[in-house]
Amino acid sequence: MKDFAGTKTLVRLALRRDRVLIPLWIVVFAGMAASSAQASIELYPDVQSRVEAAETANSSPALVSLYGRIWDPTSLGELSLFKLTSFGALLVGLLAAMLVVRHTRTEEETGRLELLSAGVIGRYAAVTAALLVSGLTVVLVGLLTALSLIGVGLPAAGSLAFGLTWISGGLAFAGIAAVIAQLTEGARTANGLVAIVLGISYVLRALGDSAADGSTQWASWLTPIGWAQQIRPFASDRFAVALLPLALLAVLVFAAFALLRRRDVGAGLVRPRPGPAVAAAWLRSPLALAWRLQRGALYGWTFAFLLLGFLVGNIASNVDGFVSSESAKEMIQKLGGVQEITDAFLSTEMGVMGLLASAFGIQAALRLRSEETALRAEPLLATGITRTSWLASHVVMALSGTGILILAGGLGSGISSGAELGNMGRQVPPMLAAAAVQLPAIWIVTALVVLLFGLAPKLVTGAWVLFGFFLLIGQFGPLFDPPDAVMDISPYAHTPRLPGSDFSATPVIWLTATAAVLLLTGATTFRRRDIG
Amino acid sequence: MTSAIVVSGLHKSYGSTHALDGLDLDVATGEVHGFLGPNGAGKSTTIRVLLGLLKGDEGDVSLLGGDPWRDAATLHRRLAYVPGDVNLWPNLTGGEVIDLLGRLRGGLDPKKRDDLLRRFDLDPTKKGRTYSKGNRQKVALVAALASDVELLILDEPTSGLDPLMEEVFRQCIEDERQRDRTVLLSSHILSKVEALCDRISIIRKGKVVETGTLADLRHLTRTSIQAELAASPNGLAQLPGVHALDVQGNRVRCEVDTAQLDAVMRQLSASGIRSLVAQPPTLEELFLRHYEDDTIASEPEVAVR
Repeated sequence: MKDFAGTKTLVRLALRRDRVLIPLWIVVFAGMAASSAQASIELYPDVQSRVEAAETANSSPALVSLYGRIWDPTSLGELSLFKLTSFGALLVGLLAAMLVVRHTRTEEETGRLELLSAGVIGRYAAVTAALLVSGLTVVLVGLLTALSLIGVGLPAAGSLAFGLTWISGGLAFAGIAAVIAQLTEGARTANGLVAIVLGISYVLRALGDSAADGSTQWASWLTPIGWAQQIRPFASDRFAVALLPLALLAVLVFAAFALLRRRDVGAGLVRPRPGPAVAAAWLRSPLALAWRLQRGALYGWTFAFLLLGFLVGNIASNVDGFVSSESAKEMIQKLGGVQEITDAFLSTEMGVMGLLASAFGIQAALRLRSEETALRAEPLLATGITRTSWLASHVVMALSGTGILILAGGLGSGISSGAELGNMGRQVPPMLAAAAVQLPAIWIVTALVVLLFGLAPKLVTGAWVLFGFFLLIGQFGPLFDPPDAVMDISPYAHTPRLPGSDFSATPVIWLTATAAVLLLTGATTFRRRDIG
Repeated sequence: MTSAIVVSGLHKSYGSTHALDGLDLDVATGEVHGFLGPNGAGKSTTIRVLLGLLKGDEGDVSLLGGDPWRDAATLHRRLAYVPGDVNLWPNLTGGEVIDLLGRLRGGLDPKKRDDLLRRFDLDPTKKGRTYSKGNRQKVALVAALASDVELLILDEPTSGLDPLMEEVFRQCIEDERQRDRTVLLSSHILSKVEALCDRISIIRKGKVVETGTLADLRHLTRTSIQAELAASPNGLAQLPGVHALDVQGNRVRCEVDTAQLDAVMRQLSASGIRSLVAQPPTLEELFLRHYEDDTIASEPEVAVR
């Protein structure tokens, strides 16, 4: 038991540190589910309108791969919440994992855990406390969400099953993060690895859902996100499926403990090797340094985008095999035929890739602030480089990095659909174009980071909030039928939907110009402010 | 003699905190200048203004004949800076950081780099996150000292170094003095810099309160003495320059003005010294004594801000 000594103290410390963050997230998640359900209930008053909407959703490869299937077309609960079932489990999983890393590896890397470890703190206390705090948060998110769904009038069993879906995703990823946090020395790397596992899980789930009958449906059962979704809330309410993520959590906790026993405080499992004693000849400018610092992340993201592109292209080329029932085929004809549906699918997926690439852009530009607060910018700015050239180095990495990512996604999908259809030349160029038009909106979001960095550096992470807001009004805005002006706030709303519709240069030019203005304002204000 | 750094009437506030409150500083070209003050006195803020990282609210600052805010990048090619808190990129090696900083400053002398690595006993192949505080400081010191620059600005450069390395550092600064480089050296411990510096400025609550050569500032230095004697001491209280005398049986504690040290030692050894500890008081202690006396004698306590 002495290995767990001090767990209670660490739990209290973590709750004290996150006393705003955790309640906020619980309310955001429960509110998101409840408001989404409320809006759908008003939108689909009778069974017939629900069945129609559900069948439309099920015959759209874009929706099915993004969110999953609707198993029971008559179910009001499922229709209102299918967009939040596996997607929500992904978000709750992300929250749970970030909480675990935040209270384990981050504490260890900064040396704060060492300070505490000198007190009466057992070997397993930090991990256990982090898991307890993360688990508590996730369970509260699930419970409060279930209660709020019952509150807006959805069936109690289904509401509880829905809450359990999110809890499943959250607990499984808390366990995954607990193991990953033992492997790397840097919290940044740990968070990156968690994001990769989450991404792969979601993509495998999409693969399982998008499968033509019987082919790759097994992929749904490979990952925690798939399991969470297979609880099928409001359709069959299979509570027992939640035993899978629980069992995984138990295994992962023991694995994390076993890893902990084998390593020193502060160390990872991989021992850092000595590096070069002399810097490479090219490491002689701020841009070279930014490249050196960010290239690892860029390699990983580019690989992920290529894979994602391949997967998307593969699904797109099989749209006609996607639906088997006669009624669904009719539905497709009604929606404009196979070509139309394929294009709609591809442009939706390109939009999603645009959102993902934006996350890279934000993260890459935020390096400016983390370099400043870690006091690593100061010695650089005390050398012969100008502030502008230092700022530009990370901005160039962010802007060109997002370009590389989105083009990799376009290239991957063009190649894989071209290979399936036997015509590269006709598939690759339009997909590259569809990728390229995403860039101005991505750059605006990246430029917002730079603007905040210059104007209000303490608020710079607010860029994530703006991004989350754009994402929410894009994905869920239409449910509430807001005025156009609200929808138009999001830069993504102005991106031409390629392939499938006509290209219009006007929005692209306006978006690019806006990004340029934001960047210049950020750079100018940064030149005039204090460092630190 | 020209001045490498001239600061007059510099003010800098963060919200309601006045970090600098009319600071004056004059560092002559070619001298090693000690910049002393207790923690939080405004040393690092001053240095950041000198580097153009912060903009002063009021006052004039001239660095190597230029304006550090306007001409930052050009001036920085002629100086090297070692921050008080050295943070390195976790996955760059010490050697890479030394080369990078040197190149961004306009080049460094590879022979001197190797020589410094050897003298500081620093392994340049280790990654940033694996260095201890002292070793991170050595990385920054090697990068600064291996550059061919006119001015070195060092913010508490020895705070993480062990006594052996402090000695190496002292020799390096001595070498720089031989080459007529200007050095601004901040510290909160007088004894660490007094042997190195030609002149010293003492900063307190955002103002320079004393400046001059060490001889000028002798009146500020007192040595605190703890002695165990063979017999009980006599006549100590009558000697000039003895402060805070505390006699308990054969044990004596007191503070002695440096000028009177000789007389006091004679008096002590007349009673037979069994053990003796003599140490320079910290700056904080000096300030407390020196300025408390002042404020009590000359003016009633007025809130500083």
